[in-house]
Amino acid sequence: MQIIENAKVYDAIVVGSGAGGGMATKVLADAGLSVAVVEAGPFFDPADPKHQTQLKWPWESPRRGAPTVRPFGDFDAAYGGWEIEGEPYTHKDGTKFDWYRSHMLGGRTNHWGRISLRFGPKDFKHKNVDGYGENWPIGYEDVKPYYDKVDKLIGVFGTNEGLPNDPDGFFLPPPKPRLHELFYIRGARKSKIPVYPSRMSMLTKRINKERGVCFYCGQCSRACQVYADFSAGTCLIFPAQKSGGQVDLFVNCVVREVTTDNEGRATGVSYINKEDRKEYKLKGRVVVLGASACSSARILLNSKSSQHPNGLGNSSDHVGKYLHDSTGGDRVGFIPDLMNRKVSYNEDGVGGMHVYSPWWGDNSKLNFPRGYHIEIWGGMGMPNYGFGFNVNEFNKFFGTKVGGYGDVLRSDVKKYYGALVGLSGRGESIARKENYCEIDPSTVDQWGIPVLRFHYKWSDLERNQAKHMQETFAEIIQNMGGTPLGDMPGRDQDYGLQNPGRIIHEVGTTRMGDDPKTSVTNKFQQLHDVDNVFVVDAGPFVSQADKNCTWTILALSWRASDYIVDQLKKQNL
Amino acid sequence: MDRRKSIKSLVLGSVAGGLALHGCKPGDEQMEQVVEQAEVFYGRTPEERELDAELQKEQFFNIHEMATLAILCDCILPGSEEYKSAMDAEVPNFIEFMVKDIPEMQVNLRGGLMWLDHQCNARFGAEFISLEQEKQHEILDEIAYYDPDIPEEERPAAVNFFSLLRNLTLTGFYTSKIGIEELGYKGNMPNVWDGVPEDVLKQHGVAYEEEWLAKCIDQSKRNIVAKWDDEGNLIT
Repeated sequence: MQIIENAKVYDAIVVGSGAGGGMATKVLADAGLSVAVVEAGPFFDPADPKHQTQLKWPWESPRRGAPTVRPFGDFDAAYGGWEIEGEPYTHKDGTKFDWYRSHMLGGRTNHWGRISLRFGPKDFKHKNVDGYGENWPIGYEDVKPYYDKVDKLIGVFGTNEGLPNDPDGFFLPPPKPRLHELFYIRGARKSKIPVYPSRMSMLTKRINKERGVCFYCGQCSRACQVYADFSAGTCLIFPAQKSGGQVDLFVNCVVREVTTDNEGRATGVSYINKEDRKEYKLKGRVVVLGASACSSARILLNSKSSQHPNGLGNSSDHVGKYLHDSTGGDRVGFIPDLMNRKVSYNEDGVGGMHVYSPWWGDNSKLNFPRGYHIEIWGGMGMPNYGFGFNVNEFNKFFGTKVGGYGDVLRSDVKKYYGALVGLSGRGESIARKENYCEIDPSTVDQWGIPVLRFHYKWSDLERNQAKHMQETFAEIIQNMGGTPLGDMPGRDQDYGLQNPGRIIHEVGTTRMGDDPKTSVTNKFQQLHDVDNVFVVDAGPFVSQADKNCTWTILALSWRASDYIVDQLKKQNL
Repeated sequence: MDRRKSIKSLVLGSVAGGLALHGCKPGDEQMEQVVEQAEVFYGRTPEERELDAELQKEQFFNIHEMATLAILCDCILPGSEEYKSAMDAEVPNFIEFMVKDIPEMQVNLRGGLMWLDHQCNARFGAEFISLEQEKQHEILDEIAYYDPDIPEEERPAAVNFFSLLRNLTLTGFYTSKIGIEELGYKGNMPNVWDGVPEDVLKQHGVAYEEEWLAKCIDQSKRNIVAKWDDEGNLIT
């Protein structure tokens, strides 16, 4: 098969259109560069009625939103999931890693919870605090100006609280707490756990004429048709195009590898067009990988040549190593004081929590390093598949019969509607070289591209943290006058610690550092081995922090892109 | 993941799940169809749309089973002057779709229906649908209640059958238009959130703190473009 070459030489080829790739596209195009964006999935625009799931009613789905097709339910905006037909991944030594992929314009930003937390000063130098992992080659002061710019460009609500490791920013005002969140505030404070307005990227206030203001349907996971929440397509790629940028979108195109010349420098990428199943080549002066930490590592490892026999940028043998995801633990509580609620008002609010608790603990007195933040959910949400299951099981708390039939079930539904509160801990794990992804030499996907094989194990440090989550959540639920549901998961269940990958915060596979022997990229996310290849997803993260990674991906991608523009101007690339 | 577990986790509101999703390769013709059907196909990809259509085309339950389901569902949520019934919300049709969407439920439901007719035949000499309501209820009373402290796997099959049917009936009804109207859910429409109403706060014994409210959005200024001073203080 002949490979079809495009004659045009782009200034930059951006692989992936999520947070990292989207931001790079915006910054590079705004600087006047010609940019090719290569995205593995289809075009997606939530303003287009044919793509919309927002404001649909459950009965518009024959399965009423059940998660049989899309893993987060029929109305979730994201295409893809834990398994994608024809695109497998494998595991080594019976270890577990669940890999969530969303192939579409905007990538996983169409899915995430919009929790937008800056890393703090300690997060970049945490080895100095507890000896675990590695320090970043950059500090908070390097990233702060970019966090500030991201806040203003994209919009995030929150409050300046002057916290030492949860920095202030340029926030829009937060929405008022919901009823169950007022209960949480009371319950958490009783255990001396501080609570603050959450920090999420929805526009509670206008930031420009192009994007709308939140209308409180609570459905950010369905993608906002007025662009009042952040996703990379609506807030980065489209604006880059609208302001006259030279952006060519290649959708449904799966990148196989970065191509190189005889000197080992990158010349562009080769990709497979899913529609005709043929292989193509694009030429570019710079290649910017933003395909997701694991997908970018896969592309690098598959880019073997005589100059780069171990894969591109992999002379250190560190590509794919230090893969880590956030820890996750959850508990649900039944709160009798939230029974018999009036349904006189709409409390959908923004899509997600209005309050949260950043990490408050003193690790020097605990049996694990690093912390977690607490996310809160509950309320009188829109019924979906699963609503009314085990409708009156809480009767057991009142000594009345469970089950039955007839009109009594109607009153049970209303009695318990909105009486559940869920708490989720999302925390920091330690990056380890033994947790990695690599190429599986014996498996290819339907595009003929060798797939990833994962090796990942939690340690007792993460298990101890998960145990702390469970104990804390049970205590808070009891403080709220409630009862935690189910049994507290024990040691045999890793204290409820979710499988690695499950929190969808994969980072670390192309970590940055000053030493080319122990890192893949430098502090500008440029490969040590090849100066015209950059990684702008979460691959270059040295550590995860107890924060969601998106805001930091955005800030660092902007920073790396500024550097690319500067280096191109100086003709260093 | 075991589907039963996935149903359980749904009850707990967890977002865990995990089935394959097909890739997306839109052809022009398919895309046009999607545009035409956008209103009824709620943002489906062409592959998802095809899957829905295939499932709609098949028929799992036979006529007798559908008739039995109709009566059972209306026992669970009967109609009256005050309330619409499960049949009014077309719950049996929803269940028919779901057993094709989640085939693991098929044996439990179909087997349960057979068990029910067997019981009725043995005791009253007639199938369930031919019995007068009093006798139908007599049978249901024996399988409608369960002890939640006994794990589901250890409960009698007939009890689990009826629990599943009750779950599907409740969920089918309260995700329908008439069910949501009965529930009184007020959301899923553009609005401006400005906090919990005073009477609700009072009912539940909580209050907003002035200090917290002072940080929150002044909704009268939501359309004024945000500007900050250099310290990050909002000035508009």
